[in-house]
Amino acid sequence: MAKFLGRRLLYLLPVLLAVTLLTFLVASLLPGDLATTILGDQATPEKVAALRAEMGLDLPIWQRYGIWLWGVLHGDLGRSFRTGETVWAAVTARLPVSLELMVIGVVLSLVIAIPLAILCAVKSGTALDRFFTGLAFGKLSLPNYMVAILLIYLFAVELNWLPATGWVPFAEDPLANLRSFILPAVTLAFAEWPVLMRVLRSDMIATLQEDYIAMAKAKGLRPARILLVHALKPSSLTLVTVAGINIGRLIGGALIVETIFALPGIGRLLVGAIYARDFIILQGVVLFVAAGFVVVNFIVDMLYAVLDPRIRHGRA
Amino acid sequence: MAVLELERDVATEAPVRRPRRVGMLFIGSVAWIVLIGLSAIFADWLPIQSPTDMDLLAKRAPLFSPGHILGTDHLGRDELSRLIYGGRVSLLVGLLAPVIGVIIGGCLGMVAGYFRGRLETFAVGGVDVLLAFPPLVFVLAVTAFMGQSVANITIVIGVLGIPAFTRVARAVTLTLSEREFVTAARALGATHSRILMRELLPNVALPLLAFFLLAVAVTIVVEGALSFLGLGVPPPTASWGSMIGEGRENLDIAPWLAFLPAGFMFLTVLAFNVIGDTLRALTDPRPGAL
Repeated sequence: MAKFLGRRLLYLLPVLLAVTLLTFLVASLLPGDLATTILGDQATPEKVAALRAEMGLDLPIWQRYGIWLWGVLHGDLGRSFRTGETVWAAVTARLPVSLELMVIGVVLSLVIAIPLAILCAVKSGTALDRFFTGLAFGKLSLPNYMVAILLIYLFAVELNWLPATGWVPFAEDPLANLRSFILPAVTLAFAEWPVLMRVLRSDMIATLQEDYIAMAKAKGLRPARILLVHALKPSSLTLVTVAGINIGRLIGGALIVETIFALPGIGRLLVGAIYARDFIILQGVVLFVAAGFVVVNFIVDMLYAVLDPRIRHGRA
Repeated sequence: MAVLELERDVATEAPVRRPRRVGMLFIGSVAWIVLIGLSAIFADWLPIQSPTDMDLLAKRAPLFSPGHILGTDHLGRDELSRLIYGGRVSLLVGLLAPVIGVIIGGCLGMVAGYFRGRLETFAVGGVDVLLAFPPLVFVLAVTAFMGQSVANITIVIGVLGIPAFTRVARAVTLTLSEREFVTAARALGATHSRILMRELLPNVALPLLAFFLLAVAVTIVVEGALSFLGLGVPPPTASWGSMIGEGRENLDIAPWLAFLPAGFMFLTVLAFNVIGDTLRALTDPRPGAL
């Protein structure tokens, strides 16, 4: 296990380095001058030149990358030239909201996906199975912004049960906070469950044909015990991987959902930075999200190896 | 007479390849794509109003109003016309972006899968780095830096699709390269380029085409998300995503303004998914892969 961990860690570092390089290059090489953006079109060339010198924009690009990377390694991602807020402070202030949204969303999607997958696997080939797999396939074509609109129309406009916007801090009023998370989290869960269900269903069908399941049946174990104890764990390996791979999509989904439901999370910070042309915040958030994504994928890889010994020994 | 009976026996015994239901869904999907495609191509000659002319006396006209069959939006622009012209943007970006992915990613994947070695290591490493970025975040950030236009959006989404196509092409090429017909071609003295172009490409093409169609569906959704957030094709150009976004502001008084473009986009994405999935199932050797 230690050897496997070491190998994966050795792989993680170059990927993280490449992520910083790509983020930096995208922000630096594309047209548009940062100093001009900050000062506006009316600024005199002397002022622009002075600011460029102050920010180190006139240095060669590899030197600028070095300085920037040195800062990043010391936790200094720069500060917004509009609000003066540091990237680090902006991200950490909004991270809890995004995390809360994603955790509730993933839990909800598992709550929908796992029972449906088990049901469809047991009844595989029947009309019930065809109905739910068809539903999941159709749902794949329904992007989350459509789901959000549909939910807002039903529950906020027509029935007036739940708020469409109006986030409340958890510390202030936990119940109102959870209420403001219901529609966004359901939207996210709606986007996630079809993928998870399809994966678990097909793995479950394969597992149920194994000999040891027949053995368990012959022993007279209750069906519920066979399904939940003997069949679910070995079937959930791909589910874990797919859930991990989907984190990238989840982040993108959270970004849209946060914008629609006005939740002050990372996604909204990013979209706001784009609207305001606040490139320092944008660069910082992209780096933060991408690095976080790489690290989470690394953790999922590890988790997968813990669940399946074959992978640790490179035989899968 | 005997021959006739024999033929009938063979016909009844031939396995039914797939349920009829799927066939109808497939035909319906193709028909919808053709309809949307033709109306997008010939939008300028169709007897519809301009998508940007504002009829200020008839803002948010309901469905089936005189002169506006599908009503008008919050600025009095004809909804049907905007749906058709919006389809133009979605289909243009949706079809062109995956072309970038399929050409570059396909070549890269085939070369990596065929030659293996250091080249493959580099290709796979590069793919992993590109995949390290959450796609939507990447698209948003780069279009913010580059400026919003149909060309920029197409290029960014297209580049982002390269890794996935590389993976598919590499995986298919890897297994095919071990097959006898490649060994035979090599034994006959065929050059690398001949093996790649004449032996491997025809076999890689079908899985890639199936994946291409699924990529079209994803691209339409991503372009819609960009436009929905107001970061896609700039107004007043109609796009399904921006129409849904504008319709969101009017959900309480004119909900159809959001649901009409949403329905159009859903049907189009579904159609591409159905066609792509059917093709994928046909090329997938596993039984029951549909």
